[in-house]
Formats: sequence, C-alpha cells, structure tokens
Amino acid sequence: MNSFLIISRCAPYGSAAAREALELALACALFDREVAILLLDDAVYQLLPDHNPSAIGQKNLAAMQQSLPLYDVDKIFICQSSLETRGLVTEALALPVTPVDSQGLKALMRGYEAVINV
Amino acid sequence: MSESTLHILNRGPNQPELLQHLLDALSEGDEIILIEDGIYWASEHFAGRFQLAQPLILGADAQARGLTNLCGETVDDAGFVDLCVKHRRSVSWC
Repeated sequence: MNSFLIISRCAPYGSAAAREALELALACALFDREVAILLLDDAVYQLLPDHNPSAIGQKNLAAMQQSLPLYDVDKIFICQSSLETRGLVTEALALPVTPVDSQGLKALMRGYEAVINV
Repeated sequence: MSESTLHILNRGPNQPELLQHLLDALSEGDEIILIEDGIYWASEHFAGRFQLAQPLILGADAQARGLTNLCGETVDDAGFVDLCVKHRRSVSWC
C-alpha cells in the first residue's frame, strides 16, 4: 500500500491516541509513503497553540506537529463542522490546515488506499 | 458534611451526551469540576450550557491544552482535594 489517510478523532493528552496518530503519520512518511492527516471531532483541539503539558507530566505534542512538514507530511485536513461545533476557526490554529466539508470527506476517503482511524 | 455532590467530568465535546447526563443529574448546591479533556467545555463557545452552576476548572489540565478565555474559576490540585472533601459524594462522568 502506498497512500495512507490517518483519521485522528481525539483531543491531545487525555489519551495516547493523538500522539499515536502523529507517530503513525511520521512512520508512514519515513517509509516514503504518501500520507495525509484528517482531524475530526475533538482532534481539532490538537492544533490549539501554546500547549504547556509539563504540569501534567506529559511531553508537548507541538514539537512533533511542527516536524510534520520536515517529513513532507503537509496534507493536514480538518473537518469544518467539527471546528464550527467547537467555536474554532482555522486562523487560530498552530499549523496550516485545509478545511473539508462532507463532500470533501467523501473525496478524501476515495483518494487513499488505506484509511486508518486512530 | 453537606448532602451535596461534586460532579467530575473528564470527557470533551466528542461525548455531548455525557455533559447532558451530568447536567440532568445536578441538584442545588452541587458543583462541577472539569478535568482532562473535560476542560474544553469551559471554552466561551459552550458557556451557555452551564446555567445551573458555573464549572470549576483544573488549572494544570487547561494550561496543558493551551485553552484560553475560560469560563469558570480555576483550581489547583489542592483545591480539587478540598472540593472532594467538601461534598458528601463525588461522581466521575467518564
């Protein structure tokens, strides 16, 4: 398989899911696979700026997020309705993202050989 | 010790029913504390949900997630312990 869409649905820090999705994306990129990330539901909170998780004894996810473009993971899609439900706008997020609506979601699913929900 | 309850919510807007159950179960004198992913409910966007009781927010969890403009008073770990002692019972919504 050569192309992967990784769907992340969880907020950061409350569980390991957000970190695992990022690790998977980086692993795919290391093996020269085409990879895109789709942030759905509470995963949109992963891109709020200024995380400071030292007080809860966790590593900051921001460093990993910022390394994505270095590994040519530059396709980060974000669900428009998930943003709206949470009162967020793309301009407030820490990385450039492409908003997608429900039509866009359908197209994304069909655009990749493997779709992985984390 | 009063007859009141401390409601602890640690899940975010992915589980809207959970917040609704908490609010349905709320009695006068009860308090709500938002922890872990629950703190996202303290963003201004959701302020209208908490008409019966303004939630308290665990500061370290809010800071970790980079959430600003919070609606509700912030407490530290010691304050969380005080709340658990103050109320007759605590309920974790998770």
